[in-house]
Amino acid sequence: MNLHEYQGKSILKKFGVAIQEGIVAETPEKAVAAAEELTKQTGTGWWVVKSQIHAGGRGKGKIVGTEQRGVALAKSLDDVKQISSNILGNVLVTLQTGEKGKKVNKVLVAQDVYYPGAEKPAEFYMSVLLNRGRGRNIIMYSPQGGMDIESVAEETPELIFTEEIDPRVGLRDFQCRRIAFNLGLSGESYKNMVKFVASLYKAYESIDASMFEINPVLKTSDSKIIAVDAKVTVDGNGLMRHPDIAEMRDTTEEDPTEVEAGSYGLNYVKLDGNVGCMVNGAGLAMATMDIIKLAGGDPANFLDVGGTANAARVEQAFRIILRDSNVKAILVNIFGGIVRCDRVAQGIVDAYKNIGDIKIPIIVRLQGTNAEKKKKIINESGLKVFSAIQLQEAADLVKDVVKG
Amino acid sequence: MGVLVGKNSKVIVQGFTGSEGTFHATQMIDYGTNVVGGVTPGKGGSLHLDRPVFNTVSDAVKTTGADVSIIFVPAAFAADAIMEAADAGIKVIVCITEGIPVKDMVNAKEYIKGKDCRLIGPNCPGVITAGEAKVGIMPGFVFIPGRIGIVSKSGTLTYEAADQIAKAGLGVSTAIGIGGDPIIGTTTREAVELLMNDPNTDGIVMIGEIGGTLEAEAARWIRENGNKKPVVGFIAGRTAPKGRTMGHAGAIVGGADDTAEAKMAIMRENGINVVESPAQIGKTMAEVMGKVTA
Repeated sequence: MNLHEYQGKSILKKFGVAIQEGIVAETPEKAVAAAEELTKQTGTGWWVVKSQIHAGGRGKGKIVGTEQRGVALAKSLDDVKQISSNILGNVLVTLQTGEKGKKVNKVLVAQDVYYPGAEKPAEFYMSVLLNRGRGRNIIMYSPQGGMDIESVAEETPELIFTEEIDPRVGLRDFQCRRIAFNLGLSGESYKNMVKFVASLYKAYESIDASMFEINPVLKTSDSKIIAVDAKVTVDGNGLMRHPDIAEMRDTTEEDPTEVEAGSYGLNYVKLDGNVGCMVNGAGLAMATMDIIKLAGGDPANFLDVGGTANAARVEQAFRIILRDSNVKAILVNIFGGIVRCDRVAQGIVDAYKNIGDIKIPIIVRLQGTNAEKKKKIINESGLKVFSAIQLQEAADLVKDVVKG
Repeated sequence: MGVLVGKNSKVIVQGFTGSEGTFHATQMIDYGTNVVGGVTPGKGGSLHLDRPVFNTVSDAVKTTGADVSIIFVPAAFAADAIMEAADAGIKVIVCITEGIPVKDMVNAKEYIKGKDCRLIGPNCPGVITAGEAKVGIMPGFVFIPGRIGIVSKSGTLTYEAADQIAKAGLGVSTAIGIGGDPIIGTTTREAVELLMNDPNTDGIVMIGEIGGTLEAEAARWIRENGNKKPVVGFIAGRTAPKGRTMGHAGAIVGGADDTAEAKMAIMRENGINVVESPAQIGKTMAEVMGKVTA
């Protein structure tokens, strides 16, 4: 589950990580009030208005049809109002959102942290994430902050450092010190960085996060070390022990159909193709999509109905797939396993009759216990359904249907 | 006789008396698996499915001599169950549970390091040595005894492969479902290695999916080890979009190296017979084995 910047920062603050302070707002008026309040709290003279969407590249991205950037500096309260009314309720397109962009429902009005002072501000990169191969968490960091870390990795890989955390003892002080030294810090900013890293890791561990990416981490002109941005992904499996974080889920950032499918226990991902599919098991579902492609079609979705494909779920799955007008055919691929195939077959026939008026061909491939019996049920149902037992048979049927 | 589990395995079920545990333990017993008892804390001393229930895994091991455990404990407690099994001296721990927090698995994986045990899973269909022992949730009838080993991240795709192998006139020695989570006990390479060293396995099916580097590591190992047995490989998810998790927590394309194409290319380079279509696994294996015996 992804969090917004303002949510990520609120978590960081709770764990003692210094952040660029800000107040979230849903309307231009509230944005102005937020700016005034922020000045009271922090003394900031300027403000940064930041679009809150689940995608990076906001600073370079533009609101559709305008030159308004997704993150902009406001030097007056009028600016705050103008910028936030340009942004709020409109669609922001960044390198990561794709062409469709994302609607911005909230802005974060944040303090200006690039103020002049004794030292030159410096930007760093830091993230905490799992190294899957090693089964351990790592802190990845670089003195090249404020830019796309993938380009840093490509152009100057020697400027990317990592610290691996031993789960038996956790992050050690010497590791925090090494990070601060490798970033070229000394004096006050060095001390602040040591504390920053320790608190950041504590936040990561405590909330069952799967990623914290802070880009940039800023050394201010008065030697503070603060998180200017926060990209946080939480391990969905860990949410059961963090009800407060589970509440932060913003379903408006997700595809509404995928959210609805999830509420029925269906794992659905919408794609752009013309052949829908319904499968039990994630691996077989992906393999079925691949078969559709090999047969000359394009998968319209990924849909895992789970281990117990009962009639109610099958019906919901059909309804969701049929909502997509691009879908010209549906391939149902259920490897019965312990679930009896004839029951699933009956579920399909019932669902078909309940929905009524399905105009597109449906290919049903059921393998497993009682596969022959189910083929009979399907074939004798009088429905426009093609039945298969072997996977290759199903693939050939898809080929025929796609050819028209 | 295949690897990991067989007719001499003494199996206990953790989460024995729960609905999942009861259902699948019954299926395992029906298959002929030697289920010697189970563990449900607080229910020790009772009988379930005509077998003794213990409060702790160590009690179960002491009394029954169990060496294999299968875990159906809910996600929030499953990592603890893995550690309990390892602590009690269980040699093969099969964790079926789906949805274990990654943080818990980081700790569990660290805990079992250096102990004399092997973890399979979590979030996997389990292990079956055809005709001898089923320690998992797979439909037993699909696995006809034979000499082909299967290693797979996916449950139903494993059944698919086993079914095709049977239809192609071959059979299965042991099928190992390693699971689709970001952190798993036994990697693709380790599972392949077990089967390469198994005298009762002549060929291997290796099924992977997008995300991670497990299949690439296994492919390189297979070549370094001299391609001793023919391997047929398939990677699911060629049509999966970048950046979206496809059902399994580990199935997500991050960089260029974990796409299906990249993995298939690496597998081919290392002498694996890669099939384009998952419908061709059985047929290809039969062809490859035909060449070997001819």
